[in-house]
Formats: sequence, C-alpha cells, structure tokens
Amino acid sequence: MELTPDTIVLFEVGPVALNATIVFTWVVMLLLVLAACLVRRGITSDVEISPGQNLLEIIVDGMRGQIRELAQDTPDQYLTFVGTLFLFIALSNIMTIVPGFQAPTASPSTTLALALCVFASVPIYGISRRGLRGYLLQYVRPTPLMLPFHIIGEISRTIALAIRLFGNIMAGALIVAVLLKIVPIFLPTVMQALGLLTGLVQAYIFAVLAMVYIASATRASEATRQSETEASEAES
Amino acid sequence: MAGIELVAVVSIIIGGLTIMIGSIGPAFAEGRAVAQALEAIAQQPDESGTITRTLFVGLAMIESTAIYCFVVTLIVLFANPFWNYFVEQAGR
Repeated sequence: MELTPDTIVLFEVGPVALNATIVFTWVVMLLLVLAACLVRRGITSDVEISPGQNLLEIIVDGMRGQIRELAQDTPDQYLTFVGTLFLFIALSNIMTIVPGFQAPTASPSTTLALALCVFASVPIYGISRRGLRGYLLQYVRPTPLMLPFHIIGEISRTIALAIRLFGNIMAGALIVAVLLKIVPIFLPTVMQALGLLTGLVQAYIFAVLAMVYIASATRASEATRQSETEASEAES
Repeated sequence: MAGIELVAVVSIIIGGLTIMIGSIGPAFAEGRAVAQALEAIAQQPDESGTITRTLFVGLAMIESTAIYCFVVTLIVLFANPFWNYFVEQAGR
C-alpha cells in the first residue's frame, strides 16, 4: 500500500525516472491550459455565450468576489496567483473520480511546493504594496519581543498548509483502498464521493488561507500607514 | 520480549492511541465552532457569507491537529523506520 504517488514510477526517460506525481501534475496542467484555450477561441461579449465561457465566467467572477471581500482591495492583482492555486488543487482533487488517476495533491512533495509558493508570495505582495521597510516593520509590531513568534508562526502555518492538504487527500484515497478489500461495492463509492466533497473544500480552504496570509501582510501595512499619516497630520 | 516484537507491539498500541485521543479534541472544538456560527447566522442572516467563510477557515485550522495525529499514526503503522530496521536485520 503506497502512501504517496511519489513511489510509483511510470516512465523512464533516459536517466530520469518520472513518477506518478509528476506525470499526473502534467496531466492536470495540460487539462487546465487546454480548457482555457478552447474557451478563449470562441470568446465573445455578446449576450449569447458558449457553455464553456459561461462556466469560466462564473468561476472567475466567484473567485474575484471572494478575493475582493477578503482583501478589501482590487482583486485582480491577487486573482492570478490565488485563482491558479484553487483551480489546480480543485481539478486534481476532482479528477480522482477518473479510474487510474492518482491525485498529485496526495503527494507531500506537491503540497509542500504549493505551500512554499504561498510562503514566498506573502513577502512579494507585502513588499510590492508597502516597500521593504514597511513590510519588515510589521514583524516588530506591536513590540520587538514578538519577532520570534511572528517568524515561527509564519513557518508553522506554511507547514500546516502543506500537511492539511496532503493529509486530507491521501486519507481519502487510502480509505477507499482499504474499504475495497473489506466491503467491495457500495461503501468505497460513498467514500469516493465524500472524497470529492472534501477535495473541493480543501481547495477552497487552501486558496482562502493563502489570501488571508497575503491580505494580512498587505492590509496591516495599510492600517499602519493610515495611522502614521494621521499622526503626522496631527503633529503639524 | 525480543526487540522486534517489542517494536511491533508498541507501534500497534501507540498507533491506535494516537488517532483515538487525537480526534476527540478537534471533534469537540469543531462542534462548538459550528454551534456558534449557526447562532451568529440566526442572529444576522445578512452576514451569512462572511460567517460561513470564517467558519470554514476556522474549521480547517481546528482540523489540522487531527490530521497531524492521523499522519503520525499512518507513519507509525505503515512507514515505521524502527520496524523496517528490524525487518532488514531479520532478512540478512
């Protein structure tokens, strides 16, 4: 019983062994890009739009609305990163229904890579919105004694992000595999359906948490900048 | 009891205990969280979007501890380095 698709080697291209994780990651990437390109070909701003365009508009609009509420800011600057996270994780979790497909998110390597992307994006967005000094000042607010707690908190929430996604998806696949040995027909199907639900919920939670972390790095700087301008105006 | 048997017995017992105790706390906490969220939605139905979203984020955080325990149990039962060491020794 394999705990992760990392150990299953599918192809060997010369010296490189491609395991199931990387192959199915490429499959998900290919599907996302193909779907987007196919819809983009027939894109119109008429009243009559194709079903694919309708679906994508609903998804993108929904994501923009959620990001706008979380960030209290224009959503488009965050939409590319957070939206991609959500779409990749959601599609790879939903496609577990396809026989033979192993979700790449069931591998700790994939989830850790995604969590590291979020970890890197927080200072990138924070510094681009606020500048290096403004972003670093957050770490010593409200007092410089909080500096180690902020750092440890950032590291632990990144690891928690990775383990949460990995644990949920791997557990779903493992339960179905174990139940196949015990109660062959009905129960594994029910657990597979539950796995779809938890996969979508985990994709949403991953994206929402990424947005919350980014917003806390950019918004707190807004609040301090506002209070600083108010304080300087009160002095003058 | 020889080393290999001791490792097997302790691994099985600890595997069961870990997931047993590790799921009680989060279950209680999530129950309280959902109860409070339902109360809040009943008091302010207009804000149900924000409340639901915050509820899901909070539930994910609470669930994390249960998942840590689950991952430890899986490691102890299926990818146990001590058991693997003894199996290797026995194989020689």
